[in-house]
Amino acid sequence: MSDSEDVLATAASWRAAGETVALATVVETWGSSPRPAGSRLAVSASGRLAGSVSGGCIEGAVADAAKQTMQTGAPQLLDFGISDERAWEVGLACGGKLKVFVEKLA
Amino acid sequence: MTPDLLAALQAAQVAKRPVALLTRLSDGQQCLWPETALPGALAEAAERALREDAAANVTLDGEAWFVHPHNPPLRLIVVGAVHIAQALVPMAQTIGFAVTVVDPRRAWATADRFPGITLIHEWTDDAMLALAPDARTAVVTLTHDPKLDDPALDIALRSEAFYIGALGSRRTHAKRVARLAEAGHGEAAMARIHAPVGLDIAAVTAPEIALSILAEIVAARRGAALARRAAPHATSAAAA
Repeated sequence: MSDSEDVLATAASWRAAGETVALATVVETWGSSPRPAGSRLAVSASGRLAGSVSGGCIEGAVADAAKQTMQTGAPQLLDFGISDERAWEVGLACGGKLKVFVEKLA
Repeated sequence: MTPDLLAALQAAQVAKRPVALLTRLSDGQQCLWPETALPGALAEAAERALREDAAANVTLDGEAWFVHPHNPPLRLIVVGAVHIAQALVPMAQTIGFAVTVVDPRRAWATADRFPGITLIHEWTDDAMLALAPDARTAVVTLTHDPKLDDPALDIALRSEAFYIGALGSRRTHAKRVARLAEAGHGEAAMARIHAPVGLDIAAVTAPEIALSILAEIVAARRGAALARRAAPHATSAAAA
């Protein structure tokens, strides 16, 4: 089982248990991003996390966006990079840039 | 992602069928290929993403699509249910390999020693023919017994396996090469065998040897530029 499959299985089990779930997927990277395109993070409404989209630098910000997407149902395309003030805030120390797609599992 | 699509994606994974998930980034519309017929450019991108096992971004009619390949796991065939295999198997599973252990010696290949692992007790050439290694398969022979290792290597060398490793010292390997040459294998085939098996990290214990083997498999898979083994290491059990 690949780590990406594992995240999907976890997301499916959370949903089966009645939780609202969002999936975040790295769709593009530049420079020294720690996780390649296709890496996934599952977030539940109760705050559970599975998988990763970075080395831990942006997971908090992605989880916030995921909670928004759970409420609105609208997907989001997030941009993180050194030129991005928000990313600077959350600290992409590796100096990489990446795009993360966030969608509700519904 | 809809629950139906997630279920379809998981069903493909259970059936070990390669599928690509395509997502239109503007609105999150998704589909699976080849389940869904797609315009030429998207179908080509999906096919290529699966072949190269790498995600891709494609623009079609001004719309950005994310193409996410979901290939079945890489396979590892371990020939020899020996002590090193007991360390190698769980480590390989952690890395994401689907592992099969082949050993006709039933005393070695037991569910006790390899809980939850597919064990094959056929003679090694029959087992290897049935398993049909492909370009997403690694093969490691660990029995130290030419009767068991050689037939497995013979089949592995006729396959597209991306990694073939054989436990044994340089001297053992030289004799093995002579036998495989008699079986009709040329120098190019022989050069595919990693022997002594594993990266030279002066491994001594079974788990250390397993680690060196797995590291070498990952390096082969990722195309890492590695120096071949230099001088034999006096303390390396992998070379024993």
